[in-house]
Amino acid sequence: MADIKGSEVETTGKTAPGFAKSIKISTILPIVAAAGALIVNLGLPDSAEHPIAEHHYFAGALCVLLAFAGIAFITGIFSQKFRTVYQSKAPFYSGIILFLSLCDILTAKTALLPVLYFPSLDRVLGVLIEDFSFICKCLIYSLRLQFVGWLCGAFCGISTGVALGFIPQFKYWTYPLVRILGPIPSTAWFPLVLVSFPTVVSASTFLIALAVWFPTTVLTMNGINNIQNSYFEVAETMGASKTYVIFHVGIPAAMPHMFIGLFNGTCASFITLVTAEMIGAKCGIGWYINWQKEMMAYANVYAGLIVMSLICYCFITLLFYLRDKVLVWQKGVIKW
Amino acid sequence: MVEGGISISNIKKTFTNVQNETITALLNINLKIPTGSLTSLIGPSGCGKSTVLRLIAGLNHPDSGTLTLDGKQIEKPGSDRGFMFQQHTLFPWLTIRNNIAFSLKAQNIYKENASRVDEFIDLVGLKGFENYYPHQLSGGMCQRASLARAIVSHPKVLLLDEPFGALDAFTRMNMQDELLRIWKERNMTMIMVTHDVDEAIYVSDQIVVMSPRPGRIIKIVDVKLARPRARSSNDFLLYRSKILRLLNFGGTEIQPEFSI
Ligand SMILES: Nc1ncnc2c1ncn2[C@@H]1O[C@H](COP(=O)(O)OP(=O)(O)O)[C@@H](O)[C@H]1O
Ligand SMILES: [Mg+2]
Repeated sequence: MADIKGSEVETTGKTAPGFAKSIKISTILPIVAAAGALIVNLGLPDSAEHPIAEHHYFAGALCVLLAFAGIAFITGIFSQKFRTVYQSKAPFYSGIILFLSLCDILTAKTALLPVLYFPSLDRVLGVLIEDFSFICKCLIYSLRLQFVGWLCGAFCGISTGVALGFIPQFKYWTYPLVRILGPIPSTAWFPLVLVSFPTVVSASTFLIALAVWFPTTVLTMNGINNIQNSYFEVAETMGASKTYVIFHVGIPAAMPHMFIGLFNGTCASFITLVTAEMIGAKCGIGWYINWQKEMMAYANVYAGLIVMSLICYCFITLLFYLRDKVLVWQKGVIKW
Repeated sequence: MVEGGISISNIKKTFTNVQNETITALLNINLKIPTGSLTSLIGPSGCGKSTVLRLIAGLNHPDSGTLTLDGKQIEKPGSDRGFMFQQHTLFPWLTIRNNIAFSLKAQNIYKENASRVDEFIDLVGLKGFENYYPHQLSGGMCQRASLARAIVSHPKVLLLDEPFGALDAFTRMNMQDELLRIWKERNMTMIMVTHDVDEAIYVSDQIVVMSPRPGRIIKIVDVKLARPRARSSNDFLLYRSKILRLLNFGGTEIQPEFSI
């Protein structure tokens, strides 16, 4: 399939030189954007309302971007393969650079936005670079909470869901409980959990696990209930035992639903993570953001937000990657 | 003493539908299916053909009456009776190869029989498609794969519920020939549900004609034609008109010597 697509792109490249040329221009765009942003940054004077930046990190960052754009452009001239990938992304990269430049103009250059809440990019980058080791410490703390809590929640959720789907007696006693306790946002348990767990870390981990657990449980059970009966019947006629059917028919068939549950749970777990850190912890990115906000250090708040969004982005990307690996068989069947 | 084959006697089977009414799906069914024969069940939809197959498979249980396979009561599904559903029920999460290997793995006899999987992939002409997923193949190929999956563990009996119903006419005729080839090679007892009269006459030793409300057998027709059968021979057409009349279609007798 991928081969076909690749060759299609190549033939259109050959048969429509005008089109190819116009796209080749797009690979220059990031260079133009970065150069323009650099000229604006160095050319216009900084507004007097902003505290004077000690280091010109943003200018430095733009230089790095410019260098990258240049390297990408040159690579594109020599490698057709790289160019086809790069030229479709290039306008987007240019857009990002222009957006950063706009931020630069609105903050450092003109101070059109309130100076206290919208610090210059130099200062935000400054925090990221100068506070790096401390932010890393917070990052590791958050990641550990997130990973341990998520894994516990996912494992318990899948197990509970499978048991609910296959064992009627278990469902009879447990499902009402799941229905009543599950929808409560896990952060609402905070007052109770804080006093019943020995440490803040264990309490936070538990809440993150709880946040992942509920949607995973419900959707896993749902997935199992929705499996067409003939799959089970045909497995039986092939001599499969009950346990074999659970692991080789029930669970794989419920996988797509399971991943939707895990995805929902992951989103809920981010909320729980940040809230837990803001309320109870003495470390972590959520705590860092909250603490800096109280100190009115908004440059640090933005730095924290950037790191936080990176965590979430990486985590979701990891989950999607896992899903694509596990659900290869779904390629072209369902998309969500 | 009953030796060999399937024996169905005095079967009654009722269902309760959504409106809580009792439906008599089968009444007074008596049928003997000799070992190694090929039997077709034919009749309008709702006459209980699938139910007969499901009873033999052990997926449903009769209200009264007995079903035996080689003298032993049929109680639950087992790998001695392969089942092929109308819609291919290949597992979408397994490749064709793993689908076909499923029954061997489920019975924990895969290791010593791994080569059998390739043999059956070959047998149904799917060589080169082992690593495809079901949705990447055509309907006909999927039916071949489910056929291979149903027979890879050498069942004594193969139950086929309208196996080629969803296929186009040409693919269907091809599949009928392949089914006959496999039947001869493997010497299995086959019972096939169909609503295609030609298909029934083309492949079967005996054709069980059924009628609905309540589901019952109205006639068992033995097809005494040598194989391979010509689909347009006079004898074939005679069987055809006979069965159609049993099913209350085609009131006029055909004249074997008519000219176009
Ligand atoms: N699980 C079931 N629940 C209720 N009614 C059923 C069920 N299975 C079959 N029936 C009824 O039994 C009758 C025979 O069904 P079936 O064996 O599927 O017929 P056929 O395969 O000949 O079309 C039909 O009237 C059908 O509605
Ligand atoms: Mg049917």
